[in-house]
Amino acid sequence: MNAIVAVAPSTARVRTPWSEFWRKFMRQHVAVIAGVFVLLLVAAAILAPWIAPYDAENFYDYDRLNALPSWQHWFGVDPLGRDIFSRILMGARISLTAGFVSVAVGALIGTALGLVAGYREGWWDRVIMRLCDVLFAFPGILLAIGIVAILGGGMTNVIIAVAIFSIPTFARLVRGNTLSLKHLTYVEAARSVGASGWTIVVRHIFPGTIAAVVVYFSLRIGTSIITAASLSFIGMGAQPPTPEWGAMLNEARADMMSSPHVAIFPSIAIFVTVLAFNLLGDGLRDALDPKIDQK
Amino acid sequence: MLQYLAKRLLGLIPTLLLVGILVFMLVHLLPGDPARLAAGPDATPETVALVRKDLGLDLPLPQQFLRFVKGAVTGDFGRSMRTKRPVSSEIASRFAPTFWLTVWAMAWSVTIGMAIGIASAVWRNRWPDRVGMTFAVSGISFPAFALGMVLMQIFAVKLAWLPAVGADSWRHYILPSLTLGAAVAAIMARFTRSSFVDILQEDFVRTARAKGLTETVVVLKHGLRNALIPVVTMMGLQFGFLLGGSIVVEVVFNWPGMGRLLVDAVDQRDYPVIQALVLLFSLEFILINLIVDVLYAVINPTIRYK
Repeated sequence: MNAIVAVAPSTARVRTPWSEFWRKFMRQHVAVIAGVFVLLLVAAAILAPWIAPYDAENFYDYDRLNALPSWQHWFGVDPLGRDIFSRILMGARISLTAGFVSVAVGALIGTALGLVAGYREGWWDRVIMRLCDVLFAFPGILLAIGIVAILGGGMTNVIIAVAIFSIPTFARLVRGNTLSLKHLTYVEAARSVGASGWTIVVRHIFPGTIAAVVVYFSLRIGTSIITAASLSFIGMGAQPPTPEWGAMLNEARADMMSSPHVAIFPSIAIFVTVLAFNLLGDGLRDALDPKIDQK
Repeated sequence: MLQYLAKRLLGLIPTLLLVGILVFMLVHLLPGDPARLAAGPDATPETVALVRKDLGLDLPLPQQFLRFVKGAVTGDFGRSMRTKRPVSSEIASRFAPTFWLTVWAMAWSVTIGMAIGIASAVWRNRWPDRVGMTFAVSGISFPAFALGMVLMQIFAVKLAWLPAVGADSWRHYILPSLTLGAAVAAIMARFTRSSFVDILQEDFVRTARAKGLTETVVVLKHGLRNALIPVVTMMGLQFGFLLGGSIVVEVVFNWPGMGRLLVDAVDQRDYPVIQALVLLFSLEFILINLIVDVLYAVINPTIRYK
C-alpha cells in the first residue's frame, strides 16, 4: 500500500509587504476613519450634481435670505438666497479636483525629475536641483501668485500653478531615495546581469520610492486644497458665483456681521477635508515606516 | 566659520541670477505687448512706440536684463502703471508692516510650537501628547484665511477686545500674527516632537539619565541642543511659508503691507509692482535661509567642515 502523504495547507498567512502594510494601517483607527471619510467625500463629490438638493448657482430662495440651518436648507441660505449645503457639495468637486489633479501632475513630473537626477547624477542632477532651488526660492504661495499673474485667474490656472509649486518637493524626495537605493545590492545585481538603465530605474528603483511618494501625496493634497482655496479667497482662482470653498468665504466676508453661518460652513468643509487627508497621510506614513513596529 | 559664510554667499549667486531672470521674464511671458500694456488701452501706435523706447523694450533682451538688474540693485523698478509713482516709493511704506507681522508670527509660533513638541515627546502617548498633537494636526488643516475670519469675528466684533483692521499699534498685530503663525506653530510642534522622540532614544540620553541627572536637565540640556538641528532647518523653510501666508492674512485684516499691495497689483495687472514685490519676497526668503544656515553651522560644528 502506498503511504499517503497529506500536506495540510498552511494556515499561517503569507506575509507580503502589502499584507504587512494593510495590517499596520488597519490598526490605526483614526487613519482608517479618515480614509473612509475621504472615500465618502470623493463619492459625494462625484455624485454632487445628482444628490445636491438645489441648484448650487441658479437657485434663489428669496423668501429665506440669510436663513439659518433648517430641515429644508441643512446649512442655511446665503445672502443671495442660495442653498449653502448644495454649494458646499458642488464645491467639494472643485476642491478635490484641484487638490488631486495638481498634486498628481506635480508628483508625476517631480518623481520623473527626481529619478533622473538621482540616477544620472552629474550634470542632470545639478541642473534639475538648481531649478528646484529656484522654485523653492519663491516663498510659499508667492510662486502660485506669480504664475496666476502671468496666466490670468481661474481654476485651471490655479491647478497649473499649484502643480508647478509641488514639483520641487517631489523631485527632492525621490532624488534622495534614488541616491540611497541605487547603491543597494539588488540594484547592483540587476546592473551586473546587464539590465539597461531604463529597466533599473523603472523596475527596481521606482518601486522603492513609491511608499514615500504615496505618503507625501496624501499630505500634499491637503496643502494644495488650502493653497487653491487661498488663491480663490484673494480673488485669483474661481470667481463668484462658482461654489469654490475659498471663493464662498470671500463672498461671505462682506456679511460676516449679519450672517456668520455663511462663512462657517465653507470653513468647516475645508478644515474637515484637509484634516482627513492629513490624518490619512500620517497613518500611511506610520504604516509604511518599518521603525514603527519595533517601538 | 568665515570660510563657510563666504562659501554660502557664493552659492547664492546662481540662485539669485535665476530668480532675477524669472522675475525679469515675467513681463515678457505675458500675453500681449508690454509696451501697449504700459501705454494703456487707448494709446495711439505712436504713443506705444514712444513708451517702448522709454521703457527700453526696443533693446535686445540681454541688454534689457542688464538694465533691469542695474535698476533692481539701485532700487529702481520703474513706475507703477496705476499710480505713475516710482515703484520703490509705493513699496517703501509697505515693507515694515509685513516684516514685523512675519517676525512676530515667527517668534510666537516657534516658541509655542517647540514647547508643545517637547512636551509631546516627553509625555509620549499620554494626554499632553494627545492634546498637543490634536492641536497640531488641526493647525495644519485649518486655512489661515478662515482662522483669521473666525478670530476677527470673536475678538474684534463680538468681544471688541482688539481692533479688526489696520496696523497702527501693537494691539493691531495680535490677531494677524496669531492667524499667520498658527499653521507654523502646528508644523513646528509635529516636527519638534518627532525629532525629540528620536533623540530621547539615543544612547547619550540614557547615559545622562544613568549619571543621575534630573529629567529636566536631560531634556533641556542634552535633548534640546541635539533636537534643535533639524528643527532650525525646518524654521527656515517655514519662514517662506509665513511670507507667502502673509499675503492671504493681509487681505483678511486689510493690512497695509506688501502682500495686499501684491494682490492689488495682480488684480490691476500692474507689472512693475508685481516684479518688484516678487523679487523682494524671494530675496527676503533667500536671506533668511542664509541666516538659518549660519545658525545651523553654529549649533552643529560638523557642518562647517564639510
